[in-house]
Amino acid sequence: MNYLAFGVAAWIFCVGVYGAIVSRNLIHLALCLTVTQSSTYVLLLAIGYKHHAGAPIFKGVKLGTPAVDPVVQSLTLTDIVVSVTVVALVLALAVVAHEHSGTVDPDELASMEG
Amino acid sequence: MRDRHNVRGLLALPAVGGLGALLAWGFSGMPPFGSFHGFYGQLLNAIALPQRHTTNVVTAIVFDYRGFDTMGEEFILFAAVVGVVILMRGDNEQPTMLQRTDRVHSDAIRFFGVTMIGVGVLVGLWLAAFGLVTPGGGFQGGVAIASGIVVLFLSIGYPAWSKLAREEALDPFEGIGAGTYVAVGLAALISGAPFLHNLLGPGTPGTLWSGGSMAIINWGVAMEVAAANLLLYSEFLQRYLGPKE
Repeated sequence: MNYLAFGVAAWIFCVGVYGAIVSRNLIHLALCLTVTQSSTYVLLLAIGYKHHAGAPIFKGVKLGTPAVDPVVQSLTLTDIVVSVTVVALVLALAVVAHEHSGTVDPDELASMEG
Repeated sequence: MRDRHNVRGLLALPAVGGLGALLAWGFSGMPPFGSFHGFYGQLLNAIALPQRHTTNVVTAIVFDYRGFDTMGEEFILFAAVVGVVILMRGDNEQPTMLQRTDRVHSDAIRFFGVTMIGVGVLVGLWLAAFGLVTPGGGFQGGVAIASGIVVLFLSIGYPAWSKLAREEALDPFEGIGAGTYVAVGLAALISGAPFLHNLLGPGTPGTLWSGGSMAIINWGVAMEVAAANLLLYSEFLQRYLGPKE
């Protein structure tokens, strides 16, 4: 139980990477990237978690009350923003690729070069 | 093609399995779940409220202690949106998409949808406004505001959406939002303080008037994130539903 959250993060990461490797569709690939990146949210938040501690927000809570780590939470926020930008760009590339070659399969796209 | 694909899947399995084993090995050496005592986190939890008068420590880190980094993050978003806009506009060869009519005929959906636009935008404004006090912040609020407005497309249809989410209308918000961050930083420099120094003073803890310059940055980010998200939706939707040039 102690390492369950870390195990979940590792599992999500591996599933996402495997999906990206066998992907036959750029939109599917973008979703696999999102899944892979989600594992880092789980990992960061799991690292920062503390037993018997509240959120790092001290509105109505006495200063000095145990709270979970705020640094990893702000890193997670950055992580999510980066993930959104990557997905937006990959999806835009998929749209353009589809219009130029009529396919979103990375293998077929590669074989059309040259 | 099919065979090659299957072979790739088989080849990937041991590699991904090995990666998983490495991760498991690494994680097993970490402090057990729930017993991490990061020095910086504990320190910031103790000093953020006395120093910055913000009750939400996460937002204080994002916009103050790590503010310079967040400026870069904001411009990652900015650059990505510019990239998407350029890509989607790269050539005017029109796709073979049919002109679709997407009028929503159900009154119940229209009524509920219009109500939800107000709710979504209000929740977004609330998240952004109290970002320095309770859970929330400019990034979260901006996304919620944009999501609220996208309901317009979902429940009323593309024509109504395209009147509101025009690029000429959104671009200034995105630019001003991103520029606000830099302007606050430069204002501090000009006055002789370090970049992004809090010129307005910390304010009263637990109120909307807390955080000083952070509050301005917070609203700028909310504006930029909302506009950036709406621009992304607008570009993708226009590609398929917009009038053909």
